[in-house]
Amino acid sequence: MKKLINQPEQIIDEMLDGIVSASPSSVRRLEDTTVLVRKDAPVDGKVALISGGGSGHEPAHAGYIGKGMLDGAVSGEVFTSPTPDQVLEAIKATDSGSGVLLVIKNYSGDVMNFDMAAELAEAEGIETAQVIVRDDIAVDDPENRRGVAGTIYVHKIAGAKAETGASLEEVQATAQKVIDNARTMGVALSPCIMPTSGEPGFELADDEIELGIGIHGEAGIEKRKQMTADEIAAELVERLLPEVDLADQDEVAVMVNGMGATPEMELHVFNRKVQDLLQEKGVKVYDTIVGNFMTSLEMAGCSLTLLKLDDELKELLDAPSHAAAFKK
Amino acid sequence: MQLTVEDTIQWLKQFNDRLSEQKDYLSQLDRAIGDGDHGINMARGFQQVAEGLDGDFDEVSDVLKKTATTVMSKVGGASGPLYGTAFLKMSMECKGKDVDAAVLADMVEAALGGIKQRGKSEEGEKTMIDVWAPVLGTLQEEDFDAERLKQTAEEAMQKTEDMTATKGRASYFKEKSQGHLDPGAVSSYYLFAELADVIGKGA
Ligand SMILES: Nc1ncnc2c1ncn2[C@@H]1O[C@H](COP(=O)(O)OP(=O)(O)OP(=O)(O)O)[C@@H](O)[C@H]1O
Ligand SMILES: [Mg+2]
Repeated sequence: MKKLINQPEQIIDEMLDGIVSASPSSVRRLEDTTVLVRKDAPVDGKVALISGGGSGHEPAHAGYIGKGMLDGAVSGEVFTSPTPDQVLEAIKATDSGSGVLLVIKNYSGDVMNFDMAAELAEAEGIETAQVIVRDDIAVDDPENRRGVAGTIYVHKIAGAKAETGASLEEVQATAQKVIDNARTMGVALSPCIMPTSGEPGFELADDEIELGIGIHGEAGIEKRKQMTADEIAAELVERLLPEVDLADQDEVAVMVNGMGATPEMELHVFNRKVQDLLQEKGVKVYDTIVGNFMTSLEMAGCSLTLLKLDDELKELLDAPSHAAAFKK
Repeated sequence: MQLTVEDTIQWLKQFNDRLSEQKDYLSQLDRAIGDGDHGINMARGFQQVAEGLDGDFDEVSDVLKKTATTVMSKVGGASGPLYGTAFLKMSMECKGKDVDAAVLADMVEAALGGIKQRGKSEEGEKTMIDVWAPVLGTLQEEDFDAERLKQTAEEAMQKTEDMTATKGRASYFKEKSQGHLDPGAVSSYYLFAELADVIGKGA
């Protein structure tokens, strides 16, 4: 295993310090925790947004800390949900008295750990609300769908809503609206290597790809023989469109997300076809982003997210953001 | 049967030894139908539990409470809250009591209820619950012995192999989760196998 690391056990700690050294004027680390928060947290009169989960998805989640997006991010071990005490520290450090919204991706570990943290916060008199992101259409049962790249839009849009001085309930409702309208599906070309074991997270033959992969290498829909960028784009657009339920004048935001090891060059090749297909189908694209937003270590592949927009979502999507990984 | 403070500490230390021996095996099971971290999560957390057992404890409940807090803050993943809740419920159930067979059964009943509630899950979903539930059945029988306890846990663990997962990460594999043991069921088997061992020595 060749990785740019020291001791595997130290990765998270060293990464967090590294993130702070890159943005010392906007992010700080809570001592003896794996929590990063806005330097100026708690922000008076504003609902705080906290996200988090296992590490290995960088720039998620700490890269989205900043004015206009997250107030805090909690990092677990690689692909392992963080513990409730850490989430509680994030809640305590960011609550200004206006309440805290927890953005949780739908994995049983994350849901349970954040739930327990919310119970602990309640015992300390802090008001929290939660939303559970489930945008991955590769899982049939909508209740069981995973939270993947669509989470970034939740951070962006609910974060912008919080900056307007909206109440916890209002911010939660906006976040939920994003969740209800965001759909994602991904594909893996090669697996990621777990830093602790040095082993690949899953098996994929040299000439195989996996459609519908999760961001921790969990099984997708099926393994296929290698496909071209255009073919993969067609497959993902085909599967996503019926799920976003567009009416005539609706517009969408498009996110082409790299999984970690796929060159941006290839993401643009893929995006070109996505845009062509959407145009052919008469879908109006309001905004497009291409890059690595929610990765899976050095997994190769990408995901495509479509977010159906209304006027409120457009305005909030366009609002400024100072987050290191999402400047707007 | 009587489970003393010393027995409880011994139980947890043996469980920790077992987890650290089987860490790679558990992670390998989790790699097949999950994300490959179960062994690492459990070993990391219970190592800390074992290190915290050297103090003075007045009663079994205190040992279990300390275990619960450590597990909740050190394990992470899905197993952290589930095992943490289980130990917390066991601790609450035996507070102020000597732990005999009847109390032990009540403790496991409370723990199982806690796991189900926290995980929003039931028997038959290919999780650790599929070990805890049959074990409870055995503990509730009049005159169970250590050997029966261990055997029940082992058989229950083995039965998860043919089940289809509907909770946790393994659920994404749907029918393809068949043919693999559930990692949480295996670690729960270790927990009860070591409990049986400690009870067996005491009897
Ligand atoms: N909802 C649930 N109810 C009961 N048991 C569960 C549930 N979800 C997972 N489990 C148990 O937890 C085990 C997996 O634990 P593990 O420590 O690997 O967590 P994880 O799912 O990988 O968490 P994370 O996603 O945060 O990494 C499974 O084998 C299963 O026995
Ligand atoms: Mg796991």
